[in-house]
Amino acid sequence: MALLEIVNLTVDFATATGSLRAVDGINLTINEGEIVAIVGESGSGKSVGMLALMGLLPWTSTVTADRISFDGQDLLNMTEKQRRKIIGKDISMIFQEPMTSLNPCFTVGYQITEVLCQHFGGKRKSYNKKAIELLNQVGIPAAESRLNSFPHQLSGGMCQRVMIAMMIACKPKLLIADEPTTALDVTIQAQILELLIELQQSHGMALVLITHDMAVVAETAERVIVLYAGQQVEQRKVKELFDNPKHPYSEALLNALPERAQDKLLNAIPGVVPGQMDRPKGCLFSPRCNYAQELCSEEKAPLKDGILCHFPLDLSKSRKPKAINVETG
Amino acid sequence: MVPVFFGVTLVAFGFIRVLPGDPVEVLAGERGVSPERHAELLAQLGFDKPLWQQYFSYIGDIFQGDLGTSLITNRPVVEEFFELFPATAELGLCAILFALIIGIPAGIIAAIKRGTWIDQGIMSISLTGYSMPIFWWGLLLIMLFSNTLNLTPVSGRLSFLFDVPPVTGFMLIDTLLSDEKGSFLNALHHLVLPSIVLGTIPLAVIARQTRSAMLEVLSEDYVRTARAKGLSTYRVVAIHALRNAMITVVTVIGLQVSLLLAGAILTETIFGWPGIGKWIIFSVFSRDYFAVQGGLLLIATSIMIVNLIVDLLYGFINPRILHQKSKS
Repeated sequence: MALLEIVNLTVDFATATGSLRAVDGINLTINEGEIVAIVGESGSGKSVGMLALMGLLPWTSTVTADRISFDGQDLLNMTEKQRRKIIGKDISMIFQEPMTSLNPCFTVGYQITEVLCQHFGGKRKSYNKKAIELLNQVGIPAAESRLNSFPHQLSGGMCQRVMIAMMIACKPKLLIADEPTTALDVTIQAQILELLIELQQSHGMALVLITHDMAVVAETAERVIVLYAGQQVEQRKVKELFDNPKHPYSEALLNALPERAQDKLLNAIPGVVPGQMDRPKGCLFSPRCNYAQELCSEEKAPLKDGILCHFPLDLSKSRKPKAINVETG
Repeated sequence: MVPVFFGVTLVAFGFIRVLPGDPVEVLAGERGVSPERHAELLAQLGFDKPLWQQYFSYIGDIFQGDLGTSLITNRPVVEEFFELFPATAELGLCAILFALIIGIPAGIIAAIKRGTWIDQGIMSISLTGYSMPIFWWGLLLIMLFSNTLNLTPVSGRLSFLFDVPPVTGFMLIDTLLSDEKGSFLNALHHLVLPSIVLGTIPLAVIARQTRSAMLEVLSEDYVRTARAKGLSTYRVVAIHALRNAMITVVTVIGLQVSLLLAGAILTETIFGWPGIGKWIIFSVFSRDYFAVQGGLLLIATSIMIVNLIVDLLYGFINPRILHQKSKS
C-alpha cells in the first residue's frame, strides 16, 4: 500500500487581484522507503503543494483535493488537532532557509527536545540525552555543548543539520525536504544531501526532495515528478526521464544543464512561468515550447501515461531539438 | 549617561529661570514688595549673582547630594521628593500593569484575527483611546463611575476613615502591613480610576505595537517551523512568536514610561493624587527654583534608570544581544 496518496490536489490563493491557482490538480503517490524528487522552476508549485499537505499554508489559501491519505489515515477530513498529531511526528519537513527557520530566541537543545515532548509527552530535560544522540547522528561535533547554543552561533550548514535532527527526532515515515541545500555553499550541499540519503536508508523513511537542481535528482532520487505552473507534466523513473524525456519541458530542463551545453552558450528556456494574468488558453507550456503547434495554444493538453502533452516526444527516434541559445551572464 | 545627566541639569536649571517672575514676587503675593526689599530678598537667596555662578553652585551642591531647600515649605527638596515619589510610582506601576495586561493580549488577538471585525474593533478602540485627552477622559470616568454609579471614590489615595502609618510609601503595601481592616481594598478602590486614566494611552500604544510586531513575526520562517513540529496554536503563538515580538514591544514600554510621568501630572491633578506630578506643578507656579530644578533632575534620573532596566531586559529576551556583548 502506498504511504502517501494525493489525488487532484489544488491550491488557490486569494490575492488583491483575484484568485491565483498555485497548484493545479497534481496527483502523487509515495511508497514506503522511497526517494521521490519534485522538480520545476521557481513558481511551479513544488513547495506550495507540500506545504498544503503539511497544513502550513497561510490563511489566504484554499486547499482542495479528491483524496489525501497518509498511512491509511484521511488527512483531508481531519481536524487541525488530529492533524497536528501526525505533523512533526510521522510526516516532517525541512525548509530552504536554515538560518531563519530556527527560532533565534531558543537554544538548539530546547527546539529539539520540544518536538519530542510534544509527541511523546514527559519532561523536556528527560530528552536531553536523546537530543545529543540526534545531534551526533546528523554529524554535529561536540554535540553536548551545542545543546546550549543559539542558532545565531551556528553556521548555515550547522543550522540545517539541527533542523534535520529536529525533524527526524520522532522517526517520521515521510520526510519532505524543501530545497534543503539551496541556501548553502556547494561543499556543504553535498554533505547535507549525503546525510539525508544516509538517514533515509538507516531509518527506512520515505523522502520527498523538492529541488530545481537536476544534478541532485540524478544522484539521489528513484522517481521524479516534473511540475510546471502548478501542473504535473511528467512522472517517471529518474533513469528513464534522463535518457528519454517525454515532455518538452522535461527535455528543456535537461538541456539547460551546463554539462549538456554543446557550445559556449547554455540552452536556457526562453520566457518565464506564466503568472496570474498571462495564463495561456491551451497548454500552459505552449508559449515557451520548441515543438508547439497550433493545437497546443488552443486546447488544454491531455494527460496520457502520466505525461501532460498533446505531442509527447520520443527521443529514441532521435529527433534533434531546435534549442534556442541565450547568452549566459 | 553622564552627558545626559549634565544636559538635564542645564535644562532643569534654565527652564524655571526663563519663566517670568521670581519666587520673591510670588511669595509677596498681591500686596507686592518695594523694589529695595525685593532686591534684598533676592540677594539673600543668592539669586542676584550671575547665572553661571548660580549654575555652578547648583552643580556643586548636587555632587554633595544636596538639591537645595524648598523656598515654600522650607524642607529639603530630596526629602519632599522621596516622600511623594512612592505615590506616583504606585500609580505609574498600576497604570502600566493595566496597559500590559490588556494591551498585549488585545494586540495578539488582533494579529491572529487580522482583517476580521475583531481586529478592526480592537484597533478602532485603541485609536480612540490614544486620541482621548487625559483630563477629559478622567472627568468622563469620574462622572460615570463616581457620580452616577457611585462605585469609586473621586479623589485621594485612601479614605480618611483609615489611619495607616507610612512604611514604604506604597499605599497598597502599607495597608497590607497595617492592621486596619478593609484598608487594602479601599486603597485599591482609590487606585482603579487613576490607573485606567493614566494607562489608557500606553494601553493603546502597546496594543498597536504588539499587533504589528506579532504580524511580522507570525510570517517568519521559524513560526512555520514551529507549526511543522505539530505544536499547538497556543505554543506557536505564545511561546515561539510572542518571545520574538516582545523585543520590539519592550522598547515601546520603556518609551511609554517617560510619557507616563507627563500623563501623571494631569492625572494627579484630576484625582487629587498626592504625587510628584502635582508637586512639580505647584512648585512651578510658586517659582520654587530649588524644588523645580531638583525635582526635574530626580524625575529625569528615574526615567534614565527605567531605560537602563529596559536595556538590561533586552538581554533576557533576545539572546543575540547578550552574546554580542560577551564577545566584544
